[in-house]
Amino acid sequence: MPRNPQLNASGELQHLLSIEGLPRELLIKILDTAESFAGVTERDIKKVPLLRGKSVFNLFFEGSTRTRTTFEIAAKRLSADVINLNVAASSTAKGESLLDTVANLSAMQADIFVVRHGSSGAPYLVAQHVKPHEHVINAGDGRHAHPTQGLLDLYTIRHYKKDFSGLAVAIVGDVLHSRVARSLIHGLTTLGVPEVRVIGPQTLIPAGAQGLGVRVYHSMREGLKDADVVVMLRLQNERMSGALLPSAQEFNKHYGLTAEKLALARPDAIVMHPGPMNRGVEIDSSVADGPHSVILPQVTFGIAVRMAVMSMVAGGG
Amino acid sequence: MAALPDVEALCAQLAREMKGRVGPASAMVGIHTGGVWVAERLHAALGLQEPLGLIDPAFYRDDYAKQGLAKDPKRSKIPFDVAGKDLLLVDDVLYTGRTVRAAMNELFDYGRPASITLVVLAERDGRQLPICARHAGVRLEVPAGMRLRLKRDDRGTLALELERAP
Repeated sequence: MPRNPQLNASGELQHLLSIEGLPRELLIKILDTAESFAGVTERDIKKVPLLRGKSVFNLFFEGSTRTRTTFEIAAKRLSADVINLNVAASSTAKGESLLDTVANLSAMQADIFVVRHGSSGAPYLVAQHVKPHEHVINAGDGRHAHPTQGLLDLYTIRHYKKDFSGLAVAIVGDVLHSRVARSLIHGLTTLGVPEVRVIGPQTLIPAGAQGLGVRVYHSMREGLKDADVVVMLRLQNERMSGALLPSAQEFNKHYGLTAEKLALARPDAIVMHPGPMNRGVEIDSSVADGPHSVILPQVTFGIAVRMAVMSMVAGGG
Repeated sequence: MAALPDVEALCAQLAREMKGRVGPASAMVGIHTGGVWVAERLHAALGLQEPLGLIDPAFYRDDYAKQGLAKDPKRSKIPFDVAGKDLLLVDDVLYTGRTVRAAMNELFDYGRPASITLVVLAERDGRQLPICARHAGVRLEVPAGMRLRLKRDDRGTLALELERAP
């Protein structure tokens, strides 16, 4: 069996490309390390010297504000130098290939590449071609994976629910186009969550979803019943081609999270959303801003999780 | 090999020595893990006002580039304002001095203390930095290839042990 490209010969994290294929112990180690970094982010001086002198290149071939910013903050809190490249507006537009872009940045002495790309697998391609001391972190590739979002979701769930055993987690909406959902599902099943549900219209649930170890529901009423965690996904209009949905209003009526539908879940259920939210489409404002919502803490936890991942890939010989 | 000294007796002796040093601005920080165990005893014996702080300087270590991140970094907790305090920094074994340097660097990111005094249960040869303890419970010779560690059993009993260095 070929070695997992994310791990080095000693089983340590070399790149973070996908949650799929990472052993349970490693996921727990990332969450534990993030917990220690969360302490750093609560101090007056929110900085540690681990990545002093290292360069982190944020390479975003697809737009993002939250993810790019939180990666930047995380790298700066680790004392790294951060270079943000607006690739869409630069060499790529002039026809440079992905690997040529990376080779040029490597010549500028990069240590970590944070890569977001519209094509699934692009960060893998980069990881195959970087030098041994260079590390790649996937910040979202096509419909495939968004591992740091998945990890911060796991961190959030553990923060509020303490333990993964015994939980029912419902992931709602546009699962088909969601790399967030895929990463989270792999994480939840690896960490032993007994019940992972996906809820959405037939057209937005990938064929063979059951193969991922989830239960598929097409009705909120059934799927939300007694859920401990409700993860709402963004309706990704920009990735939709063809007639997958009658209209956003129609989607909201059946799958939008309202206070009334949320009442089906457990009284202490938490509501998560990876952002950016379409208020009034997949989630109502009363829920997004309500007492069950942990959507903004998710963003804060994302910084500690990204600090953990960067410091784990970049350390050692 | 002669038996290693009793840890509880060393802690009691350290507390007696330190008594005159404790004032209204004193506060104590133990270095994870063994230093915290020792600090818990000293903190109780000295009756310090401020709650005990815990520091794990994993994010400040100078061997990160070579060794990577420590296996299981703990969250540092300093439950008082460091600025202006006379800090008693407690560790179990003083050897190279690198852990103490890392801990001091981290403490300064919490604030500017008035002073830092180093207190250790045991010290041995091998300093690589200009760091020395004001109070050391015992000075021990450690044979080459061995290391000195503080262990805690299920009942919470502390004991110094010599073991082969990894």
